[in-house]
Amino acid sequence: MSEHAIEAVGLRRTYRSRTGWLRPQRREVEAVRGVDLTVDNGELFGLLGPNGAGKTTTIKLLNTLLIPTAGEARICGFDVVRQTREVRRRIGYVFGGDRGLYDRLSARDNLRYFAELYGVPGREQKRRIAELLDLVRLTGRESDRVEGYSRGMRQRLHIARGLLHRPRVLFLDEPSIGVDPVAARELRQTVADLAATGTTVLLTTHYMAEADELCGRIAVIANGTIQALGTPAELRHHADGRQVLEVEAYGVGDAKLAVIHALPGVREASVVVTGAAQVLTVQSDAGVDVQADVLRALDGVRLGRVTARQPTLEDAYVAIVNRVDAQARPVEAVAA
Amino acid sequence: MRTLRMIAVGALLHAKQLSRSPFEIATALIVPVVQATLAVYLFRAGGEPGRLLEAAVGAGLMGVWSSVLFGSGGAIQNQRWQGTLEMIMLAPRPPALVVLPITLATALTGTYAMLATLAWGRLLYGIPLTFADPLAFAVAVPGCIIGLGMFGLLLASTFVLLRNANALTNTLEYPIWLVSGMLVPITALPGWTGPIAAVLPTTWGARAVREATTGSGPTWPSLGICLAISLACLALGAIMMTHVERRARAAATLALA
Repeated sequence: MSEHAIEAVGLRRTYRSRTGWLRPQRREVEAVRGVDLTVDNGELFGLLGPNGAGKTTTIKLLNTLLIPTAGEARICGFDVVRQTREVRRRIGYVFGGDRGLYDRLSARDNLRYFAELYGVPGREQKRRIAELLDLVRLTGRESDRVEGYSRGMRQRLHIARGLLHRPRVLFLDEPSIGVDPVAARELRQTVADLAATGTTVLLTTHYMAEADELCGRIAVIANGTIQALGTPAELRHHADGRQVLEVEAYGVGDAKLAVIHALPGVREASVVVTGAAQVLTVQSDAGVDVQADVLRALDGVRLGRVTARQPTLEDAYVAIVNRVDAQARPVEAVAA
Repeated sequence: MRTLRMIAVGALLHAKQLSRSPFEIATALIVPVVQATLAVYLFRAGGEPGRLLEAAVGAGLMGVWSSVLFGSGGAIQNQRWQGTLEMIMLAPRPPALVVLPITLATALTGTYAMLATLAWGRLLYGIPLTFADPLAFAVAVPGCIIGLGMFGLLLASTFVLLRNANALTNTLEYPIWLVSGMLVPITALPGWTGPIAAVLPTTWGARAVREATTGSGPTWPSLGICLAISLACLALGAIMMTHVERRARAAATLALA
């Protein structure tokens, strides 16, 4: 048995597309630009990054859905390009969202079909399907058509499908996207249970709390390359020497944000809309008190609660990603 | 044995999924009526009312062909839209074995088109269902449908590669049934269509079914040639599918985006 469940060296992927017939334009986008990583057997590994960072492409390179433009990857010691079938026997793939299931079939029929496809022996199928329906709490609804399922139920069915053939490595690509908080918590429990039974899990997510709670190690990917890698505690160090000010506000525009960003001592400033309110998060040097300057810059804006706190993993993530944003966006070439 | 079971279970479940689509149901109800009507008036206008059954059978075959063509192209495209194409291609199986149940399912649903066209022809236009060789007809129709399902695999291999597969299916529907002589005799077509017709399994399948219907010739040689060409298509489709699956992974066309 290979020491590592997942190994990638110098993995690159360029997408090429062509539009137009008379005057065709060729476009190249370098989605993944040299990813190196290893994940040990039984590890629960997180891959975090903003939209378009290369998370899904990396997963698809590792699970054989895409062929790398350059570099190599191995799953349980098998090469993803040359030993595709060996790799596929050992992996499960689950992605978030509504798609990927046969809507007009029942959950049981979906699982039956994929059990056949993935080579689950006939005499084991019934027991395995019942076991998985129980694991993802769909027992009692297994005969209903999937089109009537909620997002959370579909997501759980996705997981059951991904586990049918007892994969050694499970790729979970944003499994909790669009799932309500209670369902997301159940999902996290299911993932944690899987890891506890020795399944290697590679999880991509946008939710920092999810990664913090579940993952032993996390890689932050941005602009097609891994920017930081370590345990959640190690990653938090990226925000060392900083403090965070959070201001609840109503009506912070781009101009005011730019002014705040330019204040002495401010390292990052961002606004997230939560319901009717906005939350302005300002990261600054630990030794500099920027609160008075920030509030002065927000003159004329209706404000709510103002809180100063220590940086979290999310702040560290923002610091890492923003550092990359300040450099280059994905390399894109257009040729006539 | 496990492979056969996988193909059977896959074909049945895909047929189940297809038969529950409101679009498929509406199409299945309307198209046979239109095709039966078209056939009947075409032959009446041609002054050959005695060949109405032949016309209805030909129209039914057109329905089977449409089902296989749109099924193979449409099914691959539907899998792509549903996000299931990647999931089935990830199975540790040869790609042809993954796609074959889909094309067989479309051929199965196409059987309905044949039966419905004959039923509507009987109900609306009083076409007598008196086959020259009922046994040969009962064998030739499923044989022809299975053959077309295998031909569908070859078509499907190109659809895996093309994101806009439906554009290709639209352009292939009428030329193939025309050239295959499903409705209009091949002898009425320009000479250059002859070689094309000779290599299409649809031509021989249609001929076998027509021979069983009218007794104009022995059914078995035509059905044999249809199945032989179809098997060759299956073999070629299997090779193509492996090649195309690899190209699709290189070109990233398995997903919509």
